Amino acid sequence: MLLQAENLTRTFGETIAVDQVSFTLEAGETLALIGHSGCGKTTTLKMLNRLIEPDAGKVKLAGADAFEMAGPEWRRRIGFVIQQAGLFPHRTVAENVLVTPRLLGWERDRQAAKLEALLDMVGLPAGDYAHRYPAELSGGQRQRVGLARALAGEPDIVLMDEPFAALDPLTKDSLIEDIARMKRELGFASVLVTHDFSEALRLADRIAVMDGGRIVQIGPAETLISAPASPAVDALLKAPRSMAEQVAKAFREADA
Amino acid sequence: MMGGLAEEWAVFPGHYAGHLRLALGALLMGLVVSVPLGILSARRQALAGPALATASVVQTIPGLALLALMVPLMGGMIGFWPAFAALSLYSILPMLRNTIVGLQGVDTDVREAALAVGMTANQRLREVDLPLAAPVIVAGLRTASAWVVGTATLSTPVGARSLGNYIFQGLQTRNWEMVLFGCLISAALALALDQVIAQFEKSAQKRSRLHGLAGLAGLLLVIAPALTVLSSGAAGQGGTGDVDRPALTDSLEGQTIVVGSKGFTEQYILADLLKRTLEAEGARVEIRDGLGTTVAFDALANGSIDVYVDYSGTIWAALMKREEPAQRSAMYAKVTAWLMNERGVLAAGKLGFENAYAFATSPETAEDSDLQTIGDLSGRNLSIASDPEFFGRSEWMRTRDAYGLQSLETRSMDSAFMYDAVRRGEVGLITAYTTDGRIDAFDLVLLEDTRAVLPPYDAFLLVAPDATENTALLNALEPLQGTISTELMRAANSKVDIERQSVGEAGAWLYRQVMGE
Repeated sequence: MLLQAENLTRTFGETIAVDQVSFTLEAGETLALIGHSGCGKTTTLKMLNRLIEPDAGKVKLAGADAFEMAGPEWRRRIGFVIQQAGLFPHRTVAENVLVTPRLLGWERDRQAAKLEALLDMVGLPAGDYAHRYPAELSGGQRQRVGLARALAGEPDIVLMDEPFAALDPLTKDSLIEDIARMKRELGFASVLVTHDFSEALRLADRIAVMDGGRIVQIGPAETLISAPASPAVDALLKAPRSMAEQVAKAFREADA
Repeated sequence: MMGGLAEEWAVFPGHYAGHLRLALGALLMGLVVSVPLGILSARRQALAGPALATASVVQTIPGLALLALMVPLMGGMIGFWPAFAALSLYSILPMLRNTIVGLQGVDTDVREAALAVGMTANQRLREVDLPLAAPVIVAGLRTASAWVVGTATLSTPVGARSLGNYIFQGLQTRNWEMVLFGCLISAALALALDQVIAQFEKSAQKRSRLHGLAGLAGLLLVIAPALTVLSSGAAGQGGTGDVDRPALTDSLEGQTIVVGSKGFTEQYILADLLKRTLEAEGARVEIRDGLGTTVAFDALANGSIDVYVDYSGTIWAALMKREEPAQRSAMYAKVTAWLMNERGVLAAGKLGFENAYAFATSPETAEDSDLQTIGDLSGRNLSIASDPEFFGRSEWMRTRDAYGLQSLETRSMDSAFMYDAVRRGEVGLITAYTTDGRIDAFDLVLLEDTRAVLPPYDAFLLVAPDATENTALLNALEPLQGTISTELMRAANSKVDIERQSVGEAGAWLYRQVMGE
């Protein structure tokens, strides 16, 4: 067991955003947190790397307790990818990617090798891209740099908060494929927050459906589809199901 | 005029160095206060509100008033420090506001990402918040720089040497070239500093060494004219208010004497006369000119200046707060006794002339309205102009009440302008100074004070408490006693005000008259 979240709870004023959420993650496994806006999925994600401090609960990563070390130190062990990439606009691609290795005090050679390998992996060869600034990149390229930055500290786990929401469908497709490939090659685990079932389907081994600050069902996609445990899960699958039926119908008719 | 220009150039390094030191010092101080305060305020609205409100209130105080207020607030100290304090306060608002706005404008995603990659709060501040807010903060610095360089010209009346000395002296002696010269140099300095800051900003943004070097070169160019002050060994002329006084001896040789002067023609000329007199005895003389009445006296009382000329009626009314009139000799005796007993200041002898207020009007107005005495003004609808000090003094109120002058419309005006105003009929009357050369030149009619309400204004030398034992200084001043008649002073004043000679030329002429050379 790589990651263990136990009874995570967080309130904002009177509102309970996350209510006693627990789950575990094996090494290399991907869990998708899915649900409507305000269901508590992003708050849950940010409690894992303590960007939001929980009111109660425990987080353990590879046996280490999140609350037994300083927040920055804890976060250097965990990759984080957000919707608009959040690159530092005044820093080059290379400086953005290498920020965590620098904070970890890596040797220069190791940093240089890491930079080259990661930029190759995300399809932005260092020779062409290392010295550019974020403003000189497209949205998809920025998201790839963000991914490289999240992976640069060689984390065991990467947290992704709606990483594809701002991308056009083609860019999104190729990025999802690249992430799937890199997961196979590097073997990191990940937690993906999304409201899009198809993203969850393509990247996650298990899916946790959240509603009202709780996980209402957790399991492989097939289980969710075949045996939805609550009306919330059913409701969440309604749109993808009808979309899938329409697409399937269109293809059948075209083939016939 | 040629002599005048040379004089202006001779004092340039000192004026410029004083100005630069004030401006750079205040900017640095403002930066040191505003940026940390802005950083604290940016994330705490409870602090940002009061901090910005306070800075804004300071900003609404007119520059001249803020400078003047610093003198009493700092226990009567004059010179560099009160000016520095006022300008520092002045520079805070733009930098504070821009620091807060700049920091609050940093993208929230970027700030979150900074924490997510493992930066500490301090690392995020240093590596993300400040660099991204820097352009806005630097814009504030540039605004502050323009304000401070401009406002520093107003520090002359509190005794800090600056390019404002040109402007104030030029204004008082109606030497417009001198005013223009001071303005142009000040404006050029403001533009140059702005460019220097701009180069440093580009250098930081683009990490370009070229811009950094350009900024550095610019800064050196800006500082260079001030360095001649240091290299010429006249660093003390900068005007910090600190002068090393050697052990007292019988000779003025090697001593530095600081001569004060208020901000009008006669005072500039008398300061020049004192300078020549003391230099002839071997002293090194510094002049602090353009001082306000109370500033000049406080400066003398606390030893910032050693000697200056004031008038018995001024001390009587403005400092002793006496309202009742007094006979001329009696007033002088009481004034000198009060000075020594209350403030330790030595009255070192009358110069001989009196520079009183006199109600003056143009020959045309005098004829039209049949004016000969002040009493003739009773019930008339005329306007009367005077310097801003006069209408606040009891002698005006007493004169008004004694002669029934409530119908006169009062207008405060700089004394440099009022003579022309009365000559052209823009105002009906002015309170002229009896030694002003323009009384003769414009044929002004002085109205007789039949009831002797206006107090006497004997000019006399005042010596600072810590210089009263300085025998050499007192000996050097002694020959000036009783040597300047009202006519002689008026003639010296008219050399500047009418004949457009420089203060130095008039001072040299007066010196020759007095010393009989």
